[in-house]
Amino acid sequence: MTGLAEFWQMIWPSLGNGLVITLKLSVGALLIGFLIGLPTALLRVYGTKGMRAIATAYVDVIRGTPQLVQLFFIYYGLADTGLNATLVSLGLPHGLLVLQPMTAAYAALGINSGAYQAEYFRGAIQAIGGGQMTAARALGMTRLQSIAHIVLPQALRLAIAPWSNEAAYMVKYTSIVSLIAVSDLFGEARRIMSRHYNQMVMLPFVGLMYLAIVLLITWGMHHVEQRTKIPGLEIETQRT
Amino acid sequence: MPSQVPDAPIIRIRDLHKRYGALEVLKGVSLDVSRGEVVVIIGPSGTGKSTLLRCVNQLTRPDSGQVWLDAEEVTAPECNINAVRAEVGMVFQDFNLFNHLTALRNVAVGPMKVKRLPREEAYELAREELARVGLAEKANSYPGQLSGGQKQRVAIARALAMKPKVMLFDEPTSALDPELIGEVLDVMKQLAKEHMTMLVVTHEMGFAREVASRIIFMEGGYIVEEGPPAQLFYAAKQPRTAEFLGKIADLYGEEQAVGG
Repeated sequence: MTGLAEFWQMIWPSLGNGLVITLKLSVGALLIGFLIGLPTALLRVYGTKGMRAIATAYVDVIRGTPQLVQLFFIYYGLADTGLNATLVSLGLPHGLLVLQPMTAAYAALGINSGAYQAEYFRGAIQAIGGGQMTAARALGMTRLQSIAHIVLPQALRLAIAPWSNEAAYMVKYTSIVSLIAVSDLFGEARRIMSRHYNQMVMLPFVGLMYLAIVLLITWGMHHVEQRTKIPGLEIETQRT
Repeated sequence: MPSQVPDAPIIRIRDLHKRYGALEVLKGVSLDVSRGEVVVIIGPSGTGKSTLLRCVNQLTRPDSGQVWLDAEEVTAPECNINAVRAEVGMVFQDFNLFNHLTALRNVAVGPMKVKRLPREEAYELAREELARVGLAEKANSYPGQLSGGQKQRVAIARALAMKPKVMLFDEPTSALDPELIGEVLDVMKQLAKEHMTMLVVTHEMGFAREVASRIIFMEGGYIVEEGPPAQLFYAAKQPRTAEFLGKIADLYGEEQAVGG
């Protein structure tokens, strides 16, 4: 075991940079996932038959294939020379689908998260039940008004708990991007290990860093959930 | 213009048919409801009473037949159904209050979102309507903090805040504990006294006898018999009507169904 100062010198600033990348990717991919997931959930519940089929296919394909395959497909697969030659012949700019590692990482993680978030939101929307929707329509609200003012405010609140799980998963699963040469937290840790052969120090250490972030998220989301609690509602749920 | 004639029916239903798969729940129902009338629909479960009610504001679309509200045919394809629904209050068996909104906002949300009333005006209106159902002091309670009877009264206030031409009640007391039924029926009786036009599906025979201008007995997708309470309770023309009311009397006690 080296001294603390030496250890610090070994990991800093590279692990710090990696941490920033990991956090950026987590937040960015969760946001992309939210922007994809919520509309997908709404389409699955309220969409026409065709829209429901498309949304369901997206969710099934993404949830049914390994995330690593998805990442490699977006990074390596889309860079295929034949495919890109076809795109150029169609008049599209050269190298349109040849993505930078960070871009591919955001896309792959975001698209993946979107499918999972869609399922969380769908469950929450369906848990609100049709009765309140019917009541809103009976008042003369349009379908869109009923969704926006009655269903979503409650569904989003219900989705906080599963969503915080998704956030925790996301932080950990961003680590796969080190395989397409993104220097995230794990990528930087691997580089340090390959230089110093200190995996029995570095692996627990980065593991603890991930753990700390996850605990912080769980704690934060719990507070959000408490603050958005609807008075009397949990008693209601227990009763029925 | 039919709507200008004072005695013209406010609701006209003509030859309504509705089928769910193999089951035909409405087999040609026609009914007129006059302004200020309280029409109570009774009958065994699953005989199309609720479906008939939901056809009036088109929450259920009939397969054939017409419904008019005043001069407007609500079954017409070009009808703006949201505008019609804004004029037809509906109260449900299981309340269907908006759980994330206080009682006040439950009542105000319709006028605000549908009629575009400014917030303060809508809140003022909501306070009035809550006072009307005796719940002024519960304005800031959430549905989860109210009893079943209070919830249903908020639901009635929510419907009334839209200043409806008619009110539809779909078994409004069926989900309530017996001791809470009275407070809801009292509000409905008060509305009847104020000459609100009401179409009520219920098993509360005491209410029917006391308040109804007319009782409709439905069974098997048809209107079997209709008439003033005295006729149905004491001089039913159809044997099925007498049999059904007799059963209800056995179930709920003689004095509720026919005595008192």
